[in-house]
Amino acid sequence: MPSDSGAFVTALNLILGLDPDLLNIVALSLQVSLTAVALATLIGLPLGAALALWRFPGHGVLVVALNALMGLPPVVAGLCVYLLLSRAGPLGELGLLFTPTAMVVAQLVLVLPIIAALARQQVEELHQEYREQLTSLGLSRLRMIPTLLWDARLGLVTVVLAGFGRASAEVGAVMIVGGNIDGVTRVMTTAIVLETSKGDLPLALGLGIVLLGLVALVNAGAYLVGETSRRKLG
Amino acid sequence: MNDMTTLSITETPALELHGVSFTHRGQRLLGPLDLRLTGCRRTLVMGPNGAGKSLLMRLAHGLLAPSAGRVSWQQRTPRQAMVFQRPVLLKRSALANLTYALAVNGTPRPERRARAREALERFGLAALEKRPARVLSGGEQQRLALARAWLLDPEVLFLDEPTSALDPAAIKAVEDAVQEFHCRGTRILMSSHDLHQARRLADEVLFLNAGRLIEHTDAATFFTAPASKEARAFIRGELVL
Repeated sequence: MPSDSGAFVTALNLILGLDPDLLNIVALSLQVSLTAVALATLIGLPLGAALALWRFPGHGVLVVALNALMGLPPVVAGLCVYLLLSRAGPLGELGLLFTPTAMVVAQLVLVLPIIAALARQQVEELHQEYREQLTSLGLSRLRMIPTLLWDARLGLVTVVLAGFGRASAEVGAVMIVGGNIDGVTRVMTTAIVLETSKGDLPLALGLGIVLLGLVALVNAGAYLVGETSRRKLG
Repeated sequence: MNDMTTLSITETPALELHGVSFTHRGQRLLGPLDLRLTGCRRTLVMGPNGAGKSLLMRLAHGLLAPSAGRVSWQQRTPRQAMVFQRPVLLKRSALANLTYALAVNGTPRPERRARAREALERFGLAALEKRPARVLSGGEQQRLALARAWLLDPEVLFLDEPTSALDPAAIKAVEDAVQEFHCRGTRILMSSHDLHQARRLADEVLFLNAGRLIEHTDAATFFTAPASKEARAFIRGELVL
């Protein structure tokens, strides 16, 4: 069994040598998480904006529920999606369990509340400021949505990133609905769990480093985008 | 020319307020008041802070619904625009702020840029078209808000203390703009607590105090022989309580 520093060197070799197993796992992880975040963004931003603009019976309950769901434990989300997709479940006939699609669905369930709830806060704040002017211009609430989302774009980038952070870091949901099948549904987090328990520390460490690097990279990019546009737009 | 003749033919609809009042959390902030504004005049809404000037403008413009009573335009609802005390500009360039307003009111895309540039030029902002609207100075921002209102070609323009945060040069620019709007045939309804400004601009004055309409008179009468004790005190520069 290699020592810890030995494991670290082997991990670096795996990364720098572009180990095909490692690359496959990284690629699938990105594919699943980015798809989930993209879908959650498409649904969550307009949903959050709508919640910021309209008041209706049950509005408060919905907002509280959405905020509470931000803290939904991934294993619970995974379990729910599992029950939904399992052969005896209501959507069992689709045969989606233990496929990357099921993993996307599970992560979507986790990320959507985060993006919708945080977007609602951002849009609501901006709406306070813009409401009279936009109403004066003759905009209906429906037509305010694209304007508000676009003008809140700096803050919303951070919101989407928070969603990506959640999706790429969680392990419970994808483990349950994906099953961590080698070459089919194995992603970085589930692989790290498995390899660590098997004692294959180099691969686990390598994946961990890649995961950290990716998250750091995405956040650095968003920081740069935010800073430059903040300076440009005031 | 052609424009002028059409303008004189289409008369500005009269604004009528019947028993209008506005209540917030059980407290009556304005009214009940009855009011009829006719013609294409420059009306200055005056009074101390908290008199209900902004409230009256918002009710007339339709940004707020009255708690009681009715706000209505005779015959038809005219095209309106409003300029606020603190201009609300979108997080985009000065030019994009104007093309946005044109897009909202349904101007065809190919015409928007040229018309927006024309308005920037008119308000002395041509050199700033690419600058983000939010980093412009206070005076420039207010001029941009006026340019945006200009593009909407309003028949009635509301201005809610548009100069209260500006320096004298910027105030002059806003007042000149108000005159230009009026020359083009726009009815002006503007609130202010600056007596000198009111003397320069007003055809008639609405004087409010503590949510009540105290006077509605021609400017000449208001400044020389106000009927109410509150207005006399206000004009003398005393505290109106």
